[in-house]
Amino acid sequence: MSNTSSFKLVLLGESAVGKSSLVLQFVKQQFDEYRESTIGAAFLTQTVKVEDGSNVKFEIWDTAGQERYKSLAPMYYRGAQCAVVVYDITNYGSLEKAKSWITELQRQADPDIIIAVCGNKSDLAERRAVTSDQVQKMFEGEEGLLFVETSAKSGDGVQALFTVLAEKLHNSPPRQTRTGGASRAGARNAGVDLSKSTSSSGQGPDACNC
Amino acid sequence: MDEEYDVIVLGTGLTECMLSGLLSVEGKKVLHMDRNDYYGGDSASLDLTQLYKKFRTDQVVPKELGREKDYAIDLIPKFIIASGEMTNILVHTDVTRYLEFKQIAGSFVYRDGKISKVPSTEMEAVKSPLMGLFEKRRAKKFFEFLQNWRDNDPATHQGVNLDKDSMKSVYEKFGLEPGTQDFIGHAMALYLDDDYINKPARPTYDRIILYTSSMARYGKSPYIYPLYGLGELPQAFARLSAIYGGTYMLDKSIDEIVLDSDGKFVGVRSGEETVKAKQVIGDPSYFGAGKESEGGKVRVMEERKVVRAICFLKHPIPQTNDSDSVQIIIPQNQVGRKNDIYIAMVSSTHNVCAKDIYVAIVSTIVETDKPELEIRPGLELLGPIYEKFVSVSTLYTPTADGKADNIFITKSYDATSHFETVTEDVHDVWKRVTGSDLVLKKRDLEVEQ
Repeated sequence: MSNTSSFKLVLLGESAVGKSSLVLQFVKQQFDEYRESTIGAAFLTQTVKVEDGSNVKFEIWDTAGQERYKSLAPMYYRGAQCAVVVYDITNYGSLEKAKSWITELQRQADPDIIIAVCGNKSDLAERRAVTSDQVQKMFEGEEGLLFVETSAKSGDGVQALFTVLAEKLHNSPPRQTRTGGASRAGARNAGVDLSKSTSSSGQGPDACNC
Repeated sequence: MDEEYDVIVLGTGLTECMLSGLLSVEGKKVLHMDRNDYYGGDSASLDLTQLYKKFRTDQVVPKELGREKDYAIDLIPKFIIASGEMTNILVHTDVTRYLEFKQIAGSFVYRDGKISKVPSTEMEAVKSPLMGLFEKRRAKKFFEFLQNWRDNDPATHQGVNLDKDSMKSVYEKFGLEPGTQDFIGHAMALYLDDDYINKPARPTYDRIILYTSSMARYGKSPYIYPLYGLGELPQAFARLSAIYGGTYMLDKSIDEIVLDSDGKFVGVRSGEETVKAKQVIGDPSYFGAGKESEGGKVRVMEERKVVRAICFLKHPIPQTNDSDSVQIIIPQNQVGRKNDIYIAMVSSTHNVCAKDIYVAIVSTIVETDKPELEIRPGLELLGPIYEKFVSVSTLYTPTADGKADNIFITKSYDATSHFETVTEDVHDVWKRVTGSDLVLKKRDLEVEQ
């Protein structure tokens, strides 16, 4: 049996840059040109095999539209081990927004979070409004960011993005979240399971650290 | 914002977020707004900066408390009772996937100057220091009677009619002492006062069974608690709503509830913009609570006041076996009051504060004009208190059911120790808004493995 570890990944970026499409391409190899804003399925998982044969399972959180009007909840960032900040290469404004999402991640998320900055819609090269120089300049002084370009439409770069993230997560030392507990995605079993039926009195799995 | 919505929801407290989530799943087009730049309203959990800003504007956060972001301090002390309706809704909506829960380590009751664990099984009752030898036998018979009760089997009724006979007569049948009645009625049935005693026994029976079945579920106490604080609950339901198309706007001033000439709801004005919807749901603070009447319609009325003291301790509460989390109930009779005093304590085990800090909230329903004195018996059980934040809040309830004007107002969070009255309010508002009972369906999940 190969070893599988889970990681929580959050998507960020301005509306309509293709966050959900990117995940849909990664998870289902599908693309829908007229995809409506995210509805109904904002929680996907996908497993990637890394070099040493281990599995890395992504638990992917989509913004579900809560990024519009400043309303992403702190819960969204909680326990996230990696983030993909998406901009649209045909829209310079979305790159500036990406920069502000990075700032927000630094404020809200775990300091060790792995961040990829992803320029999406690379298939629309003729309408490109963001050059790699501009990207470099925008994130000057930020350390440890990964930079990629993808096309959620053609699939270019999508698997590569998640494979790179998987390797990086797999090779990063296991760490403590800021409150000392295990991170959410990694340690589902630390707490009590609500859907579990009644245990015999006092015999239930003892989940507390007490 | 010129779209029209089915429902506008004002305030992101737990009740409103649950309604918003459930309505969105049902296919309603929901716009959810809050005047604050954070989720949760009165049921938020605050970090240290937010907490000091609310209670101590003139004081900086003491450095020794550690990192401010490690804190999530509840404003309303409540736990989730394991077999209750809140758990049911969390499971059915699958909101549990956004949350993690831990047990509350112990449930205690105050009697004659000491605190003891609440016995919840016949076995524990037999060992409990709360009762003398003969009283234990009587209590054992009483609990056996409750556990064996079957509605359709008169042989288990022992001549009692739960729907007619008062709880008092049931206590008397088993010869239970007043002190035993105190812990059964207050620490197990969780009544805040003694009004229940002369009423039919059925609701008390239901409440004791809820307590004991919750206790049996995880073992240590009947309660569970979400990691990172109660403020996670409204956020989780808001996410449910958003996933089903709900639109969220925080930090939005709500300047006017716009009505037509018949006084019916039309929309909500924020600044220059007015958003229209068929119905509006909101917490009392959006409908005149705490403000002088401006000559308009009075939509909410004051019920009671609750005093709450959030206390930071640097040690577990004495006499609780160093539990990392507890509920302690001081029955009213024990301290000459009409309403119980509650203590709810959580700690770093629940990711709500720095290590070696314990956060206890002492609360009761206000009976006098010196509320802080009223909670003193609770404060005295805590040992040295490092920091204390006291507040008195008024509980509001709507004056009308909303059917006439399409304005549906929720209730304030009461003094009970768990969320069952919140779920009652959710069911009640749901029925008023939709015209039918809330039926929980298992969410149709689209999860790829």
